[in-house]
Amino acid sequence: METQYAYLLNLICFVPLVGALFIVFFLDKENSRAIKMTATVVAGLDFVLSLPLWFLYKTDGAEFQFVTKLDWIPSVGVQYFFGVDGFSVLLILLTTLLGLIAVYSSFTAIAHREKEYYVFLLLLQVGMLGVFCSLDFILFYVFWEVMLVPMYFLIGVWGGPRKLYAAIKFFLFTLVGSVLMLIGILALYFYNSDGMAAIGLPGLGNAPTFSIPSLYEIAPQVPPELQFWIFLAFFVGFAIKVPMFPFHTWLPDAHVEAPTAGSVILAGVLLKMGTYGFIRLSLPLLPDATIKAVGWIGWLSIVAIIYGALVAMAQKDMKKLVAYSSVSHMGFITLGMFALNEAGLRGSILQMLNHGISTGALFLLVGLIYERRHNRMISEYGGIAKVMPIYAMFFLVITLSSIGLPTLNGFIGEFLILIGAFAHKWWWALFATSGIVLGAGYMLWMYQRVFFGELSNEKNKGLKDLNLREQWTIIPLIILAFWIGLYPKPFLDRMAPTVDRVMERVATARPEAALPMVVHVSAVDQHEEHDEAATEHGE
Amino acid sequence: MITATHYLALSLVMFTLGLIGVMVRRNFITVLMSLELIFNAVNLNLIAFSFRLGDLSGQILAIFVITVAAAEAAIGLGLIIALTRLKDTVILDDANEMRS
Amino acid sequence: MSFYDLIWLVPLFPLAGALINGLVTHQLGLKKSVANIVALIGSGLALIWGWAAVLQWYFTEDHTVSYVVKVFSWISGGDLPLLSGGTAPLEVAASYQVDPTSAVMVCFVTLVGFLIHLYSVGYMHSESDKAYSRYFSYLNLFMFAMLTLVLGSNLLVLFVGWEGVGLCSYLLIGFYYEKEWCASAGMKAFIVNRIGDFGFLLAIFFTFGWFGTLEFSELFAVLSQHHGDALVGAATIIGVLLFIGAIGKSAQIPLFVWLPDAMAGPTPVSALIHAATMVTAGVYMVARCNFFYQLSPNAMLVVAVIGGVTAIFAATIGLTQNDIKKVLAYSTVSQLGYMFLAAGVGAYIAAIFHVVTHAFFKACLFLGSGSVIHACGGEQDMRKMGGLKKYMPKTYWTFLIATIAIAGIPPLAGFVSKDAILAKAFEAGYTDLNGFGGAYYGLWILGLCGAALTAFYMFRLVFMTFDGAFRGGEEAEHHLHESPWTMTLPLQVLAFGSVIGGLLIGFPGILFHKENWNFIEGFMGPMILGAHGHGAAHAGGHAVSFGLEWALVGLSVTVAAAGILVAYRWYKTDPEFSIPNAMAERFPFAYKLLLNKYWVDELYDATIIRGTIGLARFCWEFDARVVDGVVNGTRHVTVGTSFLSGIFDLKVIDGIVNLIGTINQTASRYFRRLQVGFTQGYAMVMVFGAALLLAVFFISF
Repeated sequence: METQYAYLLNLICFVPLVGALFIVFFLDKENSRAIKMTATVVAGLDFVLSLPLWFLYKTDGAEFQFVTKLDWIPSVGVQYFFGVDGFSVLLILLTTLLGLIAVYSSFTAIAHREKEYYVFLLLLQVGMLGVFCSLDFILFYVFWEVMLVPMYFLIGVWGGPRKLYAAIKFFLFTLVGSVLMLIGILALYFYNSDGMAAIGLPGLGNAPTFSIPSLYEIAPQVPPELQFWIFLAFFVGFAIKVPMFPFHTWLPDAHVEAPTAGSVILAGVLLKMGTYGFIRLSLPLLPDATIKAVGWIGWLSIVAIIYGALVAMAQKDMKKLVAYSSVSHMGFITLGMFALNEAGLRGSILQMLNHGISTGALFLLVGLIYERRHNRMISEYGGIAKVMPIYAMFFLVITLSSIGLPTLNGFIGEFLILIGAFAHKWWWALFATSGIVLGAGYMLWMYQRVFFGELSNEKNKGLKDLNLREQWTIIPLIILAFWIGLYPKPFLDRMAPTVDRVMERVATARPEAALPMVVHVSAVDQHEEHDEAATEHGE
Repeated sequence: MITATHYLALSLVMFTLGLIGVMVRRNFITVLMSLELIFNAVNLNLIAFSFRLGDLSGQILAIFVITVAAAEAAIGLGLIIALTRLKDTVILDDANEMRS
Repeated sequence: MSFYDLIWLVPLFPLAGALINGLVTHQLGLKKSVANIVALIGSGLALIWGWAAVLQWYFTEDHTVSYVVKVFSWISGGDLPLLSGGTAPLEVAASYQVDPTSAVMVCFVTLVGFLIHLYSVGYMHSESDKAYSRYFSYLNLFMFAMLTLVLGSNLLVLFVGWEGVGLCSYLLIGFYYEKEWCASAGMKAFIVNRIGDFGFLLAIFFTFGWFGTLEFSELFAVLSQHHGDALVGAATIIGVLLFIGAIGKSAQIPLFVWLPDAMAGPTPVSALIHAATMVTAGVYMVARCNFFYQLSPNAMLVVAVIGGVTAIFAATIGLTQNDIKKVLAYSTVSQLGYMFLAAGVGAYIAAIFHVVTHAFFKACLFLGSGSVIHACGGEQDMRKMGGLKKYMPKTYWTFLIATIAIAGIPPLAGFVSKDAILAKAFEAGYTDLNGFGGAYYGLWILGLCGAALTAFYMFRLVFMTFDGAFRGGEEAEHHLHESPWTMTLPLQVLAFGSVIGGLLIGFPGILFHKENWNFIEGFMGPMILGAHGHGAAHAGGHAVSFGLEWALVGLSVTVAAAGILVAYRWYKTDPEFSIPNAMAERFPFAYKLLLNKYWVDELYDATIIRGTIGLARFCWEFDARVVDGVVNGTRHVTVGTSFLSGIFDLKVIDGIVNLIGTINQTASRYFRRLQVGFTQGYAMVMVFGAALLLAVFFISF
């Protein structure tokens, strides 16, 4: 394992914590300017610190890099174990970027209890980054829970009219999931070490450890029945977080009630926790159970895609519409993941970034108009492209990115997912592709109702277009959307080692690893020759 | 012949008068005077025994007691003045702040 | 380095123009002249570079094979299992190719595109600066997407262009977004196209699933190597799915409903996007992927039937429309039907040929109608026009030429290409192509009827608009004027193209025993997969005897002439239009059926749109009541049980604790009486206590 520049991860993870403590102890709560400045500087610094990961990460190494490994509770084998691979590097960058944008976008949206607000935002970031950095199960679990509390308060204190209901629903839902996950972790832990006589769980007798890479090694030895139960425990925990149908109902409530920055972080990063967990833990640790579960998880994903899209179509509240579109998009991500082939997994990981960018930007945009009118009902608007042309343009680009228009990020992810799903079972692609049609339907319908037509509502006539600060919250996301859409290679290269490792792990549970080659081979060879001949003069 | 017994009897009477005065009178000044009476009863007792036993330490103790009594009287009168200023009274029952 | 090695610059120039106009000119609100310069340079450079590249390529390279220019590696998805077993790496490059098919398309797209840019300068001059630069930004963006579409060397790059033109179409149809119906039309176009894209995407997946590549040249090679029936099933599925995409983009039955609505956009847009270029992308794609259709008789039949039926179906609707642009729109749908009919009988070259000639005369017609609408102050109803001949002669003459061309009068372009299609359709019936001879005969007859109808409704349009007396009122008549040169010059160029284009690039050599004079057949021939695995196409073929060929020509000219004659009798010689009015009264149902476009829109609205929205509402109710109901139910159960256990806690557990407290409290209430707080009282107690102790002491001793 590569340990060069290991301090980077620790810095990235704990700089927001230091910033939060600084605000708590040294800044007066009346001094909102200093609080905002400090929070922005800390989030900005964190983003800058995370940038070297992009360049220093070696794409040719399959090992975890930037590793820090210290004993924490040696008696039970708990370690302070940080390390990343390409997959987590991408998500860390997404997190620090969205964290900065979340802070930056809250300047005017949050008017009371600012000190606590920014402290919670920074603490939330510590939790999220910690989850992506941790390679020890207990550390992972600790950070997983750390995320929960600030988010609960962000929704519960700065939320909309039904904030308490939403916050508690969010908290309970996620807590149920994470407790089940903890049980799964413990089962795996005991199976690896001495077993647990009380419940008749045998053990392998290894030295007790919570280290995820070590547990990867024993994965093939876990008996299928045990894998099934652990998988189920993990599945509930992650599926709630994703959220997969039918565990999704906390999401619209949480999104609608959360403040804008909360929604951005929730959609952009928190939802990725579930899919991150699947790829980091479920798939490689429990390959046998994964392969057996592919069928019904695929169907759940397809239901989520179509059902989420249909429900989104019926929404009258913009934020709720975007929230349900998240359900649909997250369905794509789980579908690609459980297609269990390279294209599907790559698409799935890329779509995690894409969803963070597009949906994060959509929530920002809805938040901007909400700040002006304090109303999110689609019917309240109409024709506002006339008074807010820049806003309309940004919204259009993000809408198009969300519905997967080629040259924008959504397309690459969706294409890889769909072709991966197709390679797994062709009718998966058949159903999932219809989600793209519906996606265009609900997004463009909303766009039309909000931006086009006559400017009939008096209250909208005085709307101001975006100012420079607001523009700069969106522009980085738009640049990223185009970058991923036009040249996704750097992203795909960085995730390739992770995907390969997951595939390798999953393959351990596939007895028929060597597939028979049929008819086609000769034809492929021939046309490759022909191709060379045809393109020779292209040099 | 006046014996020690006579002194002791007088001392007993004085002590009893003083004790009753302390217990039943409500006027702070009277209580203070009754207290002086008790002191003097004790002093008389000490001197009587000193004379009877031919030991001077009893008389020395009596002088010591007189000194202490003087200090006590000063403090007591100070308290009375403080009470008078605070409550405009010298009746002890009126100082019942701590009574529940 | 050569022009064709940098072929990717051709789409890039308009893209740069679009970006500059969109991000600089528009945002800074610069003047129209700036937007003009940027847009014209963008499309002009594309025109120059495109033609230069094609010509240089034609004269220096082997133009029977594709010349692929890889720009960069775009998507890499790792190894994927194939349907046939085995795996293939998913590597898609952003690459362009020059080959006969794309060369033909590039040449006419850049030419027509540039002319329409030029035309737009005049047409849009009354817009505000902001709207003006926005318009040109979109128009340049469209050029980029369309050129990417025709130059793409694999299905996915083609798809990029495919979606890109769809987006620009959406933006330009909804250009006047303040008008509700314009915006709705744009959205309708996009979503209907998305339904087509559904098929296209699946076709891409199937293509990769079977062949492990998306490159056209590789697919062509694989399929041309293949003999027998092994891949017929695959070809049929892929062909039909691709065709679903083409149906959406090229407005065929049943997805044609968006195109007439798309006329809500500015007229140059209708000319460029909804007549000349974008809508023909479906035809281009079918011709480009001919290797699938050539292997699959069923897919070919599907294409031919849909094309033939659409040709006549749309023509009948065109008979009764009164909106000048609607007539042209239905005419476009109908002409696209002809192109698909051609593709469906295996005459892909004739289809592309018709695409090119159609681009000239239909663009000319649309631009002419734009000129008319411009002059009439935005009026589009032909019943309020008439007699415009004397006010705008240039427009009239160019319009008339284009009308003659589309009606199919020799030797104009429309005649040459349409006759090539009808001849091929007849030949398909005559030679009993794929055993579906009867069906092809039927389609040929449909096509022939469609030709008559086309001639009729086009001349109806000309007579109603340009002949007779002006019916639009005094004031409107006062404003009638000829359009500026930027608008008439493109008309003249296009009219010129409509006259000579047909003979120039697709000389019907077969009629004169000079097959090799037909440039386009010879040029594109190598791109067409032989019907049963042969290398090159059956060039021309002599299935039909020479005399029969001439007879067919005579027949189609007669039919067209008949259509023109009827139109002349009904609309030219009779200013009251009494015969058509009488016909409408005589057959009210038929008239209403056609006038209301067979109620297709209403049918879709009632079934698909309402169905989807209903389903959406149902799902939402289901979500709010059932799924969330379960969650809230769990909550209520939990809250209920905790309420009960709360009561237990309060009454029983807490009761015991409180009881102990209460006992202590009661006891202390009595004991506290002793504490009176008077020092004298305590002293008394002390004395009595001491006395008591003394008494006890004395008594006990």
